[in-house]
Formats: sequence, structure tokens, C-alpha cells
Amino acid sequence: MNILVYINSSNHLAKSALEAVTYAKKIGGTITVVATGSVDDATLGTLGEYGAQKVLVDRSVATEDSQQVTRLIAKAAESTGAELIVFSHDLVAKAVAPRLSVRLKAGLVSGAVDVPNASGQVKVNVFSGKAFGFVEVKSAKKIISLLPNSFQPEKTGSACPVEAFDGAAGTAVIKVVETKMPEGEIPLPEAELVVSAGRGLKGPENWGIVEDLAKALGAATACSRPVADIGWRPHHEHVGQTGVAIRPNLYIAAGISGAIQHLAGVNGSKVIVVINTDPEAPFFKAADYGVVGDAFDVLPKLTEAVKKFRSTPH
Amino acid sequence: MKILVCISKSPDTTSKIAFTDGNKQFDENGVQYIVNPYDEWYALVRGLELKETLGGNLTIITVGNAADEAIIRKALAIGADDAVRIDADPKDAYFTAIQIAEYAKSNGFDLILTGKETINYNGSQVAGMIAEAMDLPFVSLATKLDINGTTARMEQEIVGGVQVVEANLPLVVSCAKGMAEQRIPNMRGIMAARTKPLTVVAPSATEELTAYAEYGLPAPKSAVKMIDPNNMDELVALLHNEAKVI
Ligand SMILES: Cc1cc2nc3c(=O)[nH]c(=O)nc-3n(C[C@H](O)[C@H](O)[C@H](O)COP(=O)(O)OP(=O)(O)OC[C@H]3O[C@@H](n4cnc5c(N)ncnc54)[C@H](O)[C@@H]3O)c2cc1C
Ligand SMILES: Nc1ncnc2c1ncn2[C@@H]1O[C@H](COP(=O)(O)O)[C@@H](O)[C@H]1O
Repeated sequence: MNILVYINSSNHLAKSALEAVTYAKKIGGTITVVATGSVDDATLGTLGEYGAQKVLVDRSVATEDSQQVTRLIAKAAESTGAELIVFSHDLVAKAVAPRLSVRLKAGLVSGAVDVPNASGQVKVNVFSGKAFGFVEVKSAKKIISLLPNSFQPEKTGSACPVEAFDGAAGTAVIKVVETKMPEGEIPLPEAELVVSAGRGLKGPENWGIVEDLAKALGAATACSRPVADIGWRPHHEHVGQTGVAIRPNLYIAAGISGAIQHLAGVNGSKVIVVINTDPEAPFFKAADYGVVGDAFDVLPKLTEAVKKFRSTPH
Repeated sequence: MKILVCISKSPDTTSKIAFTDGNKQFDENGVQYIVNPYDEWYALVRGLELKETLGGNLTIITVGNAADEAIIRKALAIGADDAVRIDADPKDAYFTAIQIAEYAKSNGFDLILTGKETINYNGSQVAGMIAEAMDLPFVSLATKLDINGTTARMEQEIVGGVQVVEANLPLVVSCAKGMAEQRIPNMRGIMAARTKPLTVVAPSATEELTAYAEYGLPAPKSAVKMIDPNNMDELVALLHNEAKVI
């Protein structure tokens, strides 16, 4: 089978890009990558180590313009005879994969968490992680958008050739007029460790103890919805059903009750630690480790323990 | 300004999720349907704010059967001017998007708004598909939207920051948190909704490209391990040795 993997490599090759190529390799077939973005040829060539046979790159395409990216991928799919197109389920994929589905009349599975099963059905999370489903694709051509952090990248080969490709993508009609990047913070969707707090922290002036723990761990910070709504924390930190959905390796929640809408955004975490004064807090049912205690007391103690652990060799 | 807002139904966020018919069907028993929160809180309310400042008309559209008229009335009560229901079971995103695109093509909208995703299938597919079927530009997961003449300015969250983009109308935009604040319908709105026009349109013949073959529920979590609040060294050791996450 011919598989085409789309990769958006603005500035750096994200881990999710390596995951997508590894995923295609697991399915098996001839894997071509079509890339946009500014990453240089030598770096793109390393995708060969994860299973790509060849990388086609068109650096003139604006990734914010979903029509341009769609034209590029459609042309690459045609020239490689791709039967399956793989994306990593990020902002660009969420705009481009549905367009490509209509253009190629190829059924789209978004948020895949596993390779297709023996019947060709693909597992996805539904009902905000409260259940899963198996999607059957009826069309001959198929598109799968892989949920980030569902697969570990695996090196199996060596670097592959990189070729310039003219995507005949037309002109961009969407323009980026400004980019605002706050310095120094770890972006939440990519973070492997996350420290989160809720209304139990009582006020924004108390977030120092949350940030101290995050800093000691090298973690990103998150919060529950009411905390963002009252303006104690910025909106982009809000996780849950109506906020960001995250799947870190470790999620530490202090002073969060664990409402079902909150759990919907964090139940994909590998390990959950809950700190709450109320032993009956519903969050304990979803936790791996629980601490019944006052966050104002427990968080600083945990920070100290992490610092001690980090300062001794393991 | 002619604005079209796509609304879908989703189970109330506290609904118990279960399946019947050999795990092939979602069990609707006792499930209360609401307007999908992204569609109601963000797409609809921002659409209304734009209409209120720029003038014009806001139509809501849903692909669904007669039972979905309850969510249509709710959206009308919040302030939409009129409604369209495409009389069909929204089988998959492709089917749904083609139905909406067919209607929108012949009715000339300046702006088509959707929610970021439905909270039952979390697909984030319909909006991009409508845009492609209509050959229109599309901005996904916008957290802000302003219109100046024929130009739209939007913000999107990118990894580690925010990106501000501009595009000309007509345009398709999917809406995420930050766009607007939830509006609670008042009594006058609820009364007015009863008499606002609702057009039922027959679906066009369109195939589906995908189907759910089966569902399942995740295995229950093993029991939580409780740690003494005065022994955080133990928690750190467990996270390192047992959970292997630090
Ligand atoms: C449609 C819909 C969508 C929603 N989407 C989201 C969403 O995306 N994300 C989200 O988070 N919520 C969402 N909610 C809201 C959700 O239902 C809860 O109201 C919210 O998650 C509660 O936030 P909280 O846990 O911070 O606050 P609370 O429920 O007030 O809980 C505070 C907790 O802190 C504990 N506590 C108090 N003092 C201390 C202390 N000193 N130390 C330790 N613990 C302490 C308390 O025992 C309590 O458990 C949504 C609701 C609806 C209806
Ligand atoms: N049956 C439907 N009728 C009208 N709009 C819909 C329907 N299903 C989805 N949408 C719109 O498309 C958005 C994305 O849905 P989805 O692609 O299913 O995640 C939703 O937030 C709605 O705005």
C-alpha cells in the first residue's frame, strides 16, 4: 500500500510528526512524507529513520491556508498513488484533513488511537474520552488523523532522500498578521507533565505554590474552567470538555473536585495524582494516587520532595 | 451580513454513556439532548454579537430529525432569526457537511460558523468539509473573530502561543472557547422562538464515507492508592519506580 504522511514542520520537527511516520510504518507499505514549513532538508531526511522512503517538500505553502495545503497534499497523493493519507491531529490537520476528505472523497477518521484492526476499522475516542469506537471507512481512499501522544516514535531505518515538490498550491487567501508567543512557558498540549489547580486554591495570589511544583518538575500548568472564567488564570490553561483536552504522562490536580466535564479533558493522562481536602471528592475515583490534604500544605511538601529527588542521581 | 450558524445536538455533559444492540448503538435511554456547547456558547453567541453590531440576519441550520426541533427552539430563543432543518439522520460528517453546503450554496451567506467539534464524536470535521464543498477559505478553532468591512480578523491558539490571521468574506470559521460568553435565553426570547420561521428541507442524495462499527467503554481504573500527606517522598518514589513517569 502507498501511504502519504503530511507533516507541518514550522521551526522544528515535532514529536507528533515522528509519531505519524511511525504509525504509517506500523501499518506497513511504501511511505512518502509531504512536508511544509521551514525545517531544513537534512532534518527532514531523518524521517527516514522512522520509516519514510522519501520526503517531498514545498516550502512556499502557507500552513495557515487550508486550501493551499489541501491542494499540495492532493497533488502529492496523486503523484504517489496514495491509498492512505496520515496526519497528526493538530490545528493544521483539523483544517486540512476534512477538506482533503471532500476533495478526494476519502473517508476521514479523526483522533485515531491505534492502527486499523483486522477488519480495517480504526479505534478512536468518543464522548470526550468516556468511550471508544471503531470507525469503518467505506471509501477506497482513506485518511487517518492520529491523536498525538498515542504512539511512541520508533527508529527502524536510516535517513531518506528529500526532494523539492511543486504542490501547485495557488495563492494564499489567509494571511498571518501577527504571532504572539509568551516566553518561557511549556505549551500545554505538548507537555508530558502537567500540574493543575482549581477553585480549592482560593485565589490567583496563591498560584505560586502551583508554579513552584511545575518548575521543579519541568511541567506545564493547567486549571479548571471556573478558575479561567473568573480570570484567576489565562483561558489557554483551561482543560476539560470545553477547554483543552490533554494526554500527558502525569497529571497532578490540586483543589479540583473532578467534575465529569473536567475529567473529559484529562482522562487520557497515563497517571493521575489528586490532592484534595475532601476524601469524598469524585476525582479520587479517577486517580492512580491520592492525597487527602490541604493543597497549601501538600504542594510545598511535594515540591521539596521533587527537588530532593531531582538533586540525587538515579 | 448574512450569517449561517451550524448547530448540532449532543448529550447533556453529565449523561451516562452506555451502548445497546451488541455495542453497536448509543443507548439514548434517559439521555437529555442539549445544543452542542461549542455551537451554542461560541458560534451562535458570537454570530449574534456580530449581527447586532453590523446588522443583517442570522440563520441556524441543523441536519436532524423532527425530535431535534427542541434544540432549534433553544437556539432561536437565544436570538437566531430563523432556522433550517435538513430532514435527515446525520449519518457521518461527510453526509452532514454536504447537506449544509448544498443549502448554503443557494442562499448566499457571508459567514458560516460552526462549533469546534461535537462533544459526542469529537470529529472536528464538518466545518472543513463544508468549506471544501463550497470552495471557501476556512479558519479552524478560532478563539476571536472580528469583521471589518469585508475582512475578517481571527485569533487561533497555536502550540505555545496565539496566531492572528485575516481573510476575506465569504468564509467558514469553527469556534472555540474565548469567542463569546454563554447567553441564557430570557422569557421574551422563549416566547418569540415559538413563532420564528423554521423551514424543513428534504436532504439531497449523498453517500456516507464512514460508519461506527462498534463502541466500547474503557476498562475501569484500578483502585486509587492513598498516600500520607506527610510522606511526599513516598509519592515521588512511586511516580519514579512504579508509574515510571518522572
Ligand atoms: C457544559 C459544561 C461544560 C463544562 N466544561 C468544563 C471544562 O471543560 N473544564 C472544567 O474544569 N469544568 C467544566 N465545567 C464545570 C464543571 O462542571 C465544574 O463546575 C468545575 O470543573 C469545578 O471546578 P473546580 O473543581 O475547580 O471547583 P469546585 O467544584 O469548587 O471544587 C473545588 C475542590 O477543591 C477542594 N478544596 C477546597 N479547598 C482545598 C484545599 N485547601 N486543598 C485541597 N483541596 C481543596 C474541594 O474539596 C473541592 O473538591 C463544565 C460544566 C458544564 C455544565
Ligand atoms: N447534524 C449537524 N447539523 C448541523 N451542524 C452540525 C451537525 N453536526 C455537526 N455540525 C457542526 O459541525 C461542528 C463540528 O462537528 P464535528 O465535525 O462532528 O465535530 C459542530 O460543532 C456543529 O457546528
